[in-house]
Amino acid sequence: MSEKKYWKGIEELRNDAEFVRLKNNEFFEHLPVDEKISRKAEANDVTPRRDFLKFMGFSVAAATLAACETPIVKSIPYIIKPEEITPGIANWYASTFWDGYDYCPVVVKTREGRPIKIEGNDKSLITGGGTSARVQASVLSLYDTARLKTPFANGAPASWENIDAAVSKKLADIAAKNGKIRILSSTIISPSTKKIIEEFTKKYPGTQHVTYDSISCSGIIKANKESFETAAIPSYRFDKADVIVSFGADFLANWISPIEFAGQYAAGRKLDNGKKKMSKHIQFEANLSLTGSNADKRYMMKPSQAGVAIANLYNAVARMTGAVTLNVPDAGELKNAIEDTAKQLVAAKGKSLVVAKSNMASVQNIVNGINVLLESYGSTINLAEPCMTRQGNDDAIKNLWKELIDGEVSALLIYNCNPCYTLPDADKFTTALKKVELTVSFSDRSDETAGNCHFICPDNHYLESWGDAEAKKGYYSFSQPTIAPLFSTRQFAESMLLWSGAGNNYHEYLKSFGENVNGWESKLKEGVHEMLSQESTAIKFMSEVLSASASIVSTMKSSGGLELILYEKTGIGNGNQANNPWLQELPDPVSKVTWDNYLCVSPKDAREKGWNNNNVVTLKANGVAMDVPVYVQPGQTPGTVALALGYGRKNCGKVADGVGVNAFAFSRITSEGIMYWSNCDVAKSTKDDYMLAATQLHHTMMGRKIVKETMLENFIRKSDSGNEELLIPIHDGEEKKKLSPDKVNLWDSFETPNHRWGMSIDLNSCIGCGACVVACTAENNVPVVGKDEIARSREMHWIRIDRYYTSDAAEGDLSAMEQPSDNPQVVFQPVMCQHCNHAPCETVCPVVATTHSSEGLNQMAYNRCIGTRYCANNCPYKVRRFNWFEYTTNSKFTDVNPSQSELGRMVLNPDVVVRARGVMEKCSMCIQRIQETKLNAKKESRKIADGEIKTACLQACPTHAITFGDYNIAGSEINKMWKPEERSYHLLEELDVQPNVFYQTKVRNTEAGEKHES
Amino acid sequence: MSELHEAVVRNPLVLGEKTYHQITEDVCRPVEGKANKYWWMAFTIAFTAFVWGFCCFAYTIGTGIGAWGLNRTVGWAWDITNFVWWIGIGHAGTLISAILLLFRQRWRMSINRSAEAMTIFAVMCAGLFPALHTGRPWLDYFMFPLPNQFGSLWVNFNSPLLWDVFAVLTYFSVSLVFWYLGLIPDLATIRDRAITPARKFIYGLLAFGWKGTARDWSRFEEVALVLAGISTPLVLSVHTIVSFDFATSIVPGWHTTIFPPYFVAGAIFSGFAMVMTLLVIARKVLSLEQYITVQHIESMNKIIILTGSIVGIAYITEFFIAWYSGVEYESYAFINRATGPYWWAYWTMMTCNVITPQLFWFKKIRTSLTASFIISIFINIGMWFERFVIIAVSLTRDYIPSAWTMYHPTFIEVGIFIGTIGFFFTCFLLFARVFPVIALNELKTILKRTGNQFVKRHE
Repeated sequence: MSEKKYWKGIEELRNDAEFVRLKNNEFFEHLPVDEKISRKAEANDVTPRRDFLKFMGFSVAAATLAACETPIVKSIPYIIKPEEITPGIANWYASTFWDGYDYCPVVVKTREGRPIKIEGNDKSLITGGGTSARVQASVLSLYDTARLKTPFANGAPASWENIDAAVSKKLADIAAKNGKIRILSSTIISPSTKKIIEEFTKKYPGTQHVTYDSISCSGIIKANKESFETAAIPSYRFDKADVIVSFGADFLANWISPIEFAGQYAAGRKLDNGKKKMSKHIQFEANLSLTGSNADKRYMMKPSQAGVAIANLYNAVARMTGAVTLNVPDAGELKNAIEDTAKQLVAAKGKSLVVAKSNMASVQNIVNGINVLLESYGSTINLAEPCMTRQGNDDAIKNLWKELIDGEVSALLIYNCNPCYTLPDADKFTTALKKVELTVSFSDRSDETAGNCHFICPDNHYLESWGDAEAKKGYYSFSQPTIAPLFSTRQFAESMLLWSGAGNNYHEYLKSFGENVNGWESKLKEGVHEMLSQESTAIKFMSEVLSASASIVSTMKSSGGLELILYEKTGIGNGNQANNPWLQELPDPVSKVTWDNYLCVSPKDAREKGWNNNNVVTLKANGVAMDVPVYVQPGQTPGTVALALGYGRKNCGKVADGVGVNAFAFSRITSEGIMYWSNCDVAKSTKDDYMLAATQLHHTMMGRKIVKETMLENFIRKSDSGNEELLIPIHDGEEKKKLSPDKVNLWDSFETPNHRWGMSIDLNSCIGCGACVVACTAENNVPVVGKDEIARSREMHWIRIDRYYTSDAAEGDLSAMEQPSDNPQVVFQPVMCQHCNHAPCETVCPVVATTHSSEGLNQMAYNRCIGTRYCANNCPYKVRRFNWFEYTTNSKFTDVNPSQSELGRMVLNPDVVVRARGVMEKCSMCIQRIQETKLNAKKESRKIADGEIKTACLQACPTHAITFGDYNIAGSEINKMWKPEERSYHLLEELDVQPNVFYQTKVRNTEAGEKHES
Repeated sequence: MSELHEAVVRNPLVLGEKTYHQITEDVCRPVEGKANKYWWMAFTIAFTAFVWGFCCFAYTIGTGIGAWGLNRTVGWAWDITNFVWWIGIGHAGTLISAILLLFRQRWRMSINRSAEAMTIFAVMCAGLFPALHTGRPWLDYFMFPLPNQFGSLWVNFNSPLLWDVFAVLTYFSVSLVFWYLGLIPDLATIRDRAITPARKFIYGLLAFGWKGTARDWSRFEEVALVLAGISTPLVLSVHTIVSFDFATSIVPGWHTTIFPPYFVAGAIFSGFAMVMTLLVIARKVLSLEQYITVQHIESMNKIIILTGSIVGIAYITEFFIAWYSGVEYESYAFINRATGPYWWAYWTMMTCNVITPQLFWFKKIRTSLTASFIISIFINIGMWFERFVIIAVSLTRDYIPSAWTMYHPTFIEVGIFIGTIGFFFTCFLLFARVFPVIALNELKTILKRTGNQFVKRHE
């Protein structure tokens, strides 16, 4: 060991006493720890000003930096990922939409377990993949905040166990004393549910099932019973009819099975691929319906005239076919119209179809008589294949009501109908309801009826339900849940199953029900199981009903005063989805008014009485009086007024409550059934004007070739009739020339090396129903903006359906041309971004936020957009939509915009960004769908097939009016639509903005000089 | 100097037997003295309007452009109308200081300072609208071609709106420099007369060490001439480019090749009207009647007749071309202006802009202060309506009738407009208190030729 000694410092070498003392301390120097941190020190210490400023500066800076952090949205990954769910990939489930009113086999798109979009099931022979606005919107009703979250017993939340115990006990008590039990429901098309009701009836023998449709077709069923001894509604084939005559039946939007009929109707009128034949459609009606708007010939008729007019048509047809005529009064002013119609019907004998809306069996008997004379049975009408979607029996509801008033009913179970809202004199029904010992409602919300019931056992939304449906005899379709019930709700069928003691699981019951046992999985997967259609069997017509009917019809006379007709709107229908903001915001296809019902008044009456739009009048009919705003509706029959059903809901939810008035109050129950028209009085009210919000304020085309139209005979002669080539006069040196607009063009074309997407819209197929508008809203997260904003012309729909009326004015008289005819012809034109190849919007954006893609699309880069709105100004089609507010947070939209609630946000399509305030948006041609298909094709190393991509509007369309495809694929559908099709044209062709969207001329089956008579 | 005689036909431009010292005294009085009660009243009103406008502005920023009355069809209305109106008003200043300088119009001396100040403030008001009318004004910097890290993100040089950004900013900066340059000798005068150290210090800083030497003056005049040369094309270019916003678009009623000259004439027209409005008041309030004389007013009125007539001819030409073109959309746009739902706006414009300035053919009206003031107000209103008719009314009814709608302003956008008027007058009133409203040192250079006493001597 070395003797060397290393010392730490001179102090250690010296080893003085002070060093020795300090050596034992860990820190050689004194650390002022105690002084600094002791309480005492704190009390005495004075923080120097500089330190204070330093600390403050640091804190402020730190706090500021911390505050700068962007809000964190937590997304939680699956801990155990369900096998079938891949985040970002949609799952599709076949199901069936049926709400007691509309039927549609659907395919439901779910993302990460949430249903977000409804498409039609194209395997269905009934709807052929078509949908309607109401079907499209139904997905939002799933996320309705007004839905009950638990069952209710006597107005208080309760548990299912308690409810089951209480209801079962009550039912047992009632059964024990042989009390009457009544089940009141709308039409049930589910065979298994019907079976369960049978089981229930078996257990409680005092049970009777009453079927009641708020919009009843009971008269047709009754008439068929009388005429053919078949109490059912037949199948109609509008596609097989060469001449279609409808008396008030709005079969394209509301009547019996509108999606099916719209598809058939369009099929019979398509003129593509060189077809030169289309059906002729004649409509007699009081209010201008969607169906009437599409008619080739439309006659205005008062509802009181319908019976006599139909009977006269019978006589005219009978005379021509050599049958016995009926003894009825003369048709008056409709005489010539009837005569003319009869001629056309008889000429198309065996290929014609007459339908009527009337709910009077006597009237329907005569309609049946006409169809028998025309030999429609077996060709356009099939009684062997009855349609099940309307089974309501007006006599049954009348009986039930009487029983209720007499206090004979001990238990009333109300399913899928809302009698306290939809019945005339609903207050009396409500009073009668209170006498019942046990009332159970299965409503999903505490609405007008459910609020008056002892128990509310909320039914699942259809997207949470199992089920089967038989909309037509032999045509089955199935429902499966696409999401676990959001709330503590239970299917009606399951509740009934439990109470009837026949089981406790409806799913199991359904699987083993009847034929379902065979191939259940595959049936469920397909969604539909449709047998071969039933051959029409020979019918036996009880012609003796005619004379009896004729004598009833003969008593129908106009009182000479105003007549009120109640109609259903394409969006709201019977009002069961009134709390759906997408439907409220959908402009009525004809009036273009949103968020309200109103009294449609004919222009003639308005002129005579001095009524203007938005004036408030008092409407009195059947002892009920209400103040309603006036809307002057061209096409409304003079001497009639019309009011839409489905509005004026109470306790339905914050969207529906207080919107419009309840027109069901004006309906009446007669010996014939429920009538949706009556005589009325209208007097100007002293109230201030009421603001109606319409999306279209100008109704005529002002002589511009916006919607090109021609007559069938001209079209047969010349395929480009109405679409003659447009030439622009130019000076070429000394010469005067005329060139087509694309020859006089300053711009270079964009290269589209891979794809060039295009869309074609057949104006001859479009019926204007608005399914595409709602489909687009759902697909593209289009915000709902509410009535006030619509009134400021700020609707956000990416696709709109323009509706134009014809005008009687002479060409050139511009102010007169603004006025539509009193009974105008109507055209519809869906307009969305036209994706111009020489887009005016692209050149003016200072920040290049809107650009042209290499696939021919006009794109929006939302992040880059600063919102100058220059692009919108320069868009000749006015399809650009600006985010005036932050719709997802601004309190102005809380009541209407579903995106403001956690629940409502679940419907958002995660593939489409929700646009911020101050940003321009517009149709993207469903770029997310294009992209998805491209990626799938790439993964599979193949080219995209023609027709593989379907935009939301295209897919929703019940009439297949829209074609989408790639111009770069030779022989693609879109190319076929563009080149050889001489009806094709670009909107505002003279501007040469070269849109990728084009239209086909509308062809009307009229004769020269013919127009709707006023 | 004494050899250069003023023509006998010319009236004196400086009345009263002014000496150099008197000019200094007269012009510096408002700057050095206390404000009178009229000034305070005017300032209170203007400042209140400004604050009101600021609140409306803040509300718009807070909630969105939805606070205004615009809609899917009418994307621009009051916002861009106000922008063009204010930019137009700004044109008189540069015209007076640049073009009239080059043409050696000596009468410009007593009005150029306030006209230039007006230009600066008007352009500031104008600039507010394009900046604020965007949906996301906090991202307005996207409109500048800034190098960035976003990849190939760049501005769109095809867009007239981008040209606007450059045109207006150039105009503003050149006008500001020109105005300030002219102020330097006068600021030095105030500095030299200052009796408090603070004043001396501040004006000393602002005067940039002006010594008034021959070299200073020589450089001053050279720079003024250079800036006049730069500004002159700007007088024509700025409003030409503003008019491109419309002329290059395809909106019927906007898409018009006549717009550049028509807009420039209109701008000068409205600019002179606003100078008139201001000076008729200012000469009274600031007791400058002997410097801003009826002679000045009359000269300006002559320019108003000229530009007003150009504008009138432009209106008629537009109509003729709309018919002659045979384009139905174009024809309809003009018929709609005159007879459609906004006929009243059109006829207000026609009356104010075409008919009223023609009254200036009468010497009695042309030389009447009251008449000039009233007519100048008419023109200010008429020119606002001209822009409203072009911008908003054309948009309400363009190609597709289904999209036609009406435009109704909200009180928010009206408030913002009132706020800019408040801002303009607040600035102008402050300007009148801190800077000499007449270019006093420049004015002195013409006193010996056009002063009342000197002009008389040659008779």
